[in-house]
Amino acid sequence: MKIVVNGENHILEESLTIRELIGKFGINTETVVVELNKQIVAKENFGSTKLNDSDKVEIVHFVGGG
Amino acid sequence: MEITVNEKKMVIDNFTTLFELRNQIKPDADVVIINGYQTDTDIKLQEGDKISLIRKGEIPDKSEIKYLMMARHTPGVHDKLQKGFVAIAGLGGLGSNVAVSLARMGIGTIKLIDFDIVEPSNLNRQQYFIHQIGKSKTEALKDTLLNINPYNTYLTENIYITAENAKKTLKGYDVIIEAFDKAKNKAMLINECLKHFPGKCIIGASGVAGVFDTESLKIHKIGKNTYIVGDMVNEARPGCGLMATRVAVAANMQAHLAVRYLLGEI
Repeated sequence: MKIVVNGENHILEESLTIRELIGKFGINTETVVVELNKQIVAKENFGSTKLNDSDKVEIVHFVGGG
Repeated sequence: MEITVNEKKMVIDNFTTLFELRNQIKPDADVVIINGYQTDTDIKLQEGDKISLIRKGEIPDKSEIKYLMMARHTPGVHDKLQKGFVAIAGLGGLGSNVAVSLARMGIGTIKLIDFDIVEPSNLNRQQYFIHQIGKSKTEALKDTLLNINPYNTYLTENIYITAENAKKTLKGYDVIIEAFDKAKNKAMLINECLKHFPGKCIIGASGVAGVFDTESLKIHKIGKNTYIVGDMVNEARPGCGLMATRVAVAANMQAHLAVRYLLGEI
């Protein structure tokens, strides 16, 4: 299936959860805000939210400093 | 026709010019501001014009000073901003600079939130002074803001914001500024605000370290009213510090978004 992550096309061989997707990018789930099809996904739902074909995901990854 | 001079309404003859008015009311004024613009050129006055006449070096009385401070504002801006409620979570390089700019703009109510005290390594980018070392950041910054603009309300809370207390601490504000240092805290605060205050304006920052070009600082929009300022990449780490010039640009991008939101521009 095909999804779009941060504006780029990605092919997934199997359906992943949001948590698994973030893991694939090597990002700590504690440092992200995630939008799925323009809706914010609460952190506690990362593990239970499955991605579907043609989903659009935005992963906003925070870095330190301020 | 009716005009406003130093915030007092008055009726003048049609065809009066700006300098004729100055000569009548305050002939020693050497700063003449009309509708937010300081000018050396005489022009014919129009109905509804707002004029400020200032004698340099003279300290005006209290009833005048609030308005003279805002004489260079675009007309109408100050009235709207005075009704604004902005909470600033974290008073470091980002938050302290956001606070100073918003105080100058005349945001009516500003809440300052931090758990820490001022220490020497803050002073390379944060709006504190050497004599404030050891003071709580909330109290030190409140003192500074009162010296800049005493006509806003400043509230303080000494607290380390967590997922558990964020809702209580930030409830009731139109704009919430995320100005933390650690990535985990930044993401936590934005997530908590999106959960509890979905309609509010939330403005965070990420990627403000180093001496990289300020052109790489961008505004990333999430959802309807959430904005993240920064390059999203350059984190503070060994070999990549936090600099007054770049951090303050990001902070003022955050502050400016808050202003534009309160004015209904975004």
